[in-house]
Amino acid sequence: MSANLDVEEVKERNKQLIGEVLEAYPEKFGKRRAKHLGTFDADKGECAIKSNIKSIPGVMTIRGCAYAGSKGVVWGPIKDMVHISHGPVGCGQYSWAARRNYYVGTTGVDSFVTMQFTSDFQEKDIVFGGDKKLSKIIDEVQELFPLNKGISIQSECPIGLIGDDIEAVSKRKAKEYNKTIVPVRCEGFRGVSQSLGHHIANDAIRDWVFDKLGDKPARFESTPYDVAIIGDYNIGGDAWSSRILLEEMGLRVIAQWSGDGTLAELEATPRAKLNILHCYRSMNYISRHMEEKFGTPWVEYNFFGPSKIAASLREIAAHFDDSIKEGAERVIAKYQALTDATIAKYRPRLEGKKVMLFVGGLRPRHVIGAYEDLGMEVIGTGYEFGHNDDYQRTTHYVKDGTLIYDDVTGFEFEKFVEKIQPDLVGSGVKEKYIFQKMGVPFRQMHSWDYSGPYHGYDGFAIFARDMDMAINAPVWRMTKTPW
Amino acid sequence: MANDEDTLVVKQDGFEKESAMSQDAEKVIDHFELFRGPEYTEMLANKKSMFEDPVPAEELVRVAEWTKSKEYCEKNFARECLTINPAKACQPLGAVFASLGFEGTLPFVHGSQGCVAYYRSHFSRHFKEPTSAVSSSMTEDAAVFGGLNNLIDGMANAFSLYKPKMIAVSTTCMAEVIGDDLNAYIKGAKEKGSVPMEFDVPFAHTPAFVGSHVTGYDNVMKGILEHFWNGKAGTVPKLEREPNGKLNFIGGFDGYTVGNMREIKRLFDLMGVEYTILGDNSDVWDTPSDGKFRMYDGGTTLEDAANAVHANATISMQEFCTEKTLDLIEARGQEVIAFNHPIGVEGTDRFLMEVSRLTGKPIPDSIAKERGRLVDAIADSNAYIHGKKFALYGDPDLTLGLAAFLLELGAEPTHILSTNGGKEWAQKVEALLASSPFGKNCHVYAGKDLWHMRSLLFTEPVDFLIGNTYGKFLERDTKTPLIRIGFPIFDRHHHHRYPVWGYQGGLNVLVKILDRIFEHMDATTNTVAKNDYSFDIIR
Repeated sequence: MSANLDVEEVKERNKQLIGEVLEAYPEKFGKRRAKHLGTFDADKGECAIKSNIKSIPGVMTIRGCAYAGSKGVVWGPIKDMVHISHGPVGCGQYSWAARRNYYVGTTGVDSFVTMQFTSDFQEKDIVFGGDKKLSKIIDEVQELFPLNKGISIQSECPIGLIGDDIEAVSKRKAKEYNKTIVPVRCEGFRGVSQSLGHHIANDAIRDWVFDKLGDKPARFESTPYDVAIIGDYNIGGDAWSSRILLEEMGLRVIAQWSGDGTLAELEATPRAKLNILHCYRSMNYISRHMEEKFGTPWVEYNFFGPSKIAASLREIAAHFDDSIKEGAERVIAKYQALTDATIAKYRPRLEGKKVMLFVGGLRPRHVIGAYEDLGMEVIGTGYEFGHNDDYQRTTHYVKDGTLIYDDVTGFEFEKFVEKIQPDLVGSGVKEKYIFQKMGVPFRQMHSWDYSGPYHGYDGFAIFARDMDMAINAPVWRMTKTPW
Repeated sequence: MANDEDTLVVKQDGFEKESAMSQDAEKVIDHFELFRGPEYTEMLANKKSMFEDPVPAEELVRVAEWTKSKEYCEKNFARECLTINPAKACQPLGAVFASLGFEGTLPFVHGSQGCVAYYRSHFSRHFKEPTSAVSSSMTEDAAVFGGLNNLIDGMANAFSLYKPKMIAVSTTCMAEVIGDDLNAYIKGAKEKGSVPMEFDVPFAHTPAFVGSHVTGYDNVMKGILEHFWNGKAGTVPKLEREPNGKLNFIGGFDGYTVGNMREIKRLFDLMGVEYTILGDNSDVWDTPSDGKFRMYDGGTTLEDAANAVHANATISMQEFCTEKTLDLIEARGQEVIAFNHPIGVEGTDRFLMEVSRLTGKPIPDSIAKERGRLVDAIADSNAYIHGKKFALYGDPDLTLGLAAFLLELGAEPTHILSTNGGKEWAQKVEALLASSPFGKNCHVYAGKDLWHMRSLLFTEPVDFLIGNTYGKFLERDTKTPLIRIGFPIFDRHHHHRYPVWGYQGGLNVLVKILDRIFEHMDATTNTVAKNDYSFDIIR
């Protein structure tokens, strides 16, 4: 449908389409949603939409909650700590091992990521408070998992409502066991999305890890080339296929936040010479804090697709001496043949294909370059829980006329895809089957649809293969009956 | 325990390295193989030794072995407050399940929005289908002032956008803790014009800190029937029951609902039974890929839900999913019969004989033939199952149904565990076990979790484990082969499309069990020149 429209026609089409979906809302909420929908205008250089505002009730928002942002994103992947989902059983159950934060460890002995520890609140805990129970739970964790390096308490909704003092319990128990115990106030009703959960989780690292470091001795000698990967959750191994490039260019990665991460790595991070930040949205807070407190500079990077990888490697290298700059060039050269072969194989199958995205964190903008490396075009994108600074950064990625939708509702997203008929939609598991039923190829862009990694050069080959298998699968020829 | 600490080359200087490259555009490898290449294994070993502050290898082995011990098992069972790897979810999940069984119904969960994202994802990961539900998206201000405005606005938006025939309201723990009153709020929303006064908005309070997902199913099913039978929130007169000879059927929270409902309907049709399925999710979670997304499909019509009051009797396939619902139905004068997820020959016999008794319809020969085929299949294959020890966990009704089938097969259930099973459940299981010589060495664990099960599988090993997807962690740790039956099943596809009820369903379960047994036999007899004499071509 959008095949032969020029940019002005696309903008007009988008305007009409936005008007149509807004008409379906009660007037008051149509007006509110109008602020979240727009078209990128290259002349003005802005997405011109509002973000990080409460979702309107009753609309099938795709967003999650603060607990999801803290336990599910920031803290959950720290592998040698026990993360207690504190409250009723559900939150921990639905997020149990669901995010594919890969790690190496002996689960249940020295690693705990794919386990579900819960205080399984009952009515009496709501009525009488859960602090005593929490205290006993920490004792039981110590008893049964003596090799844990620390414990975090991930608050679910009731904790903040019943007035429990998890900070007091944590302090007391931390002293008793001489151990890192981190209370996190990430109750699901706080804020408007996962995003506040990221922030609260970042602050908890600041207050309960960094501020408790005291004069703990370093575990290693520093070098001028020490960096920390911040904001890579190692989904399908993303942080590993990134780390390898940094090491190959001569840097030493002293910490991974937080995919395949450890408490020791969190504690060592203030010794980094540079924090390199992939998911700006979820970990800019702690990066800024380290800059202020320890003077550690930070740089954003993007390891999706060869164009952005090369640019990022050079930008990271620019913070170091010539040996690293040469290292970056060496790495780019090393992988050139793989990149060329990948593009030669897949670009002809994907050239000109149009993509609509709706994801969280960094991906609504970061993956655009990878699609473009394959000759594909992202014609619509939006963030589940982005802020203004995300949309500002997005302007550097998107083309004139790109449809922008913030906190898109199920209704809007379906209507947009139905009318625009892209060749591929990239979003989450709640959206996947809707669009596939509509006959539109789909890839989950949170979990990589159980594939990955997608980061780095190794990951780009997988990304290309997966986009090809999604779009060019024979199944899409058969959705209509032949009679 | 695998530990290659000793073989590591720890690079303290010169981090520049020209490592190998395993990736190849012609044969792209992903996480399954990529990280096993030398460049990554070396990188990860260095990461561990230099930066992770690893537990010393001997200590790791010592503690890992200790977790398998009797002593650890005792400490584990002495736990009073911590729950680890439970096999249960919270009430609102069951609420959404029950709501989706009705025609054109949009589940509306009043409380924090993240919960609804979780329920939708959870069901989509199991059924590989969309799951539609909305939230009233309550945040801090609603925590202080109550969620009335969220409910008013949410109902108006949901009604305008998604054009449901009914909105079924349930609650998250947030709304329950602050004490929001659904009855009053829904009235308020109607008065504000969010939905028409006569629009159907049944509701149930479903606090996550009481019971489990089966409780939520029960509460919403009861809430919906109450709504239609007791005057639709005062908009019409309460229905007077006029028995019409029909039979109501309730499936309960069931991961196999798609296959099971169709099988039950087939059996009822064969028998010529006049029936109403109360809560039929079989179409909404099995829509075709034909270019159109159906947000609503199938389900019990609202008219049928109302008229169900006139039935002679109601059968529930899952007692523990329908305790309050059946009380309500019984109080309206119907006979109620509750089963425990019957699987296998005798369970299906009892079910069909009750259907026949309640409706006066004989069981036709064609069904007797199906029965004979299941018996025939068991006769053919039971030698591979007879005397094998099984551990089993899951929802209360499912574990009862499966245990009964295992006893029929001559298997020996050894550990039966249900995190959301209580005393009453344990007594029922004990009674079942006492009814068969094959049940005499079995222990029943109510309210325990999968970390307890891990200890049991180490200290009192069994041959096979039956449970949901999360059982794979137990399989990995204890090497007990897992047969995936339960909810959720995330890592195998499409099993929910096949029934486990009826004689056909029994056959499906039999095949699931046999396939795993045969796979295990082949996998443990394939070392050439060592044990492959047992790698038989005919079994």
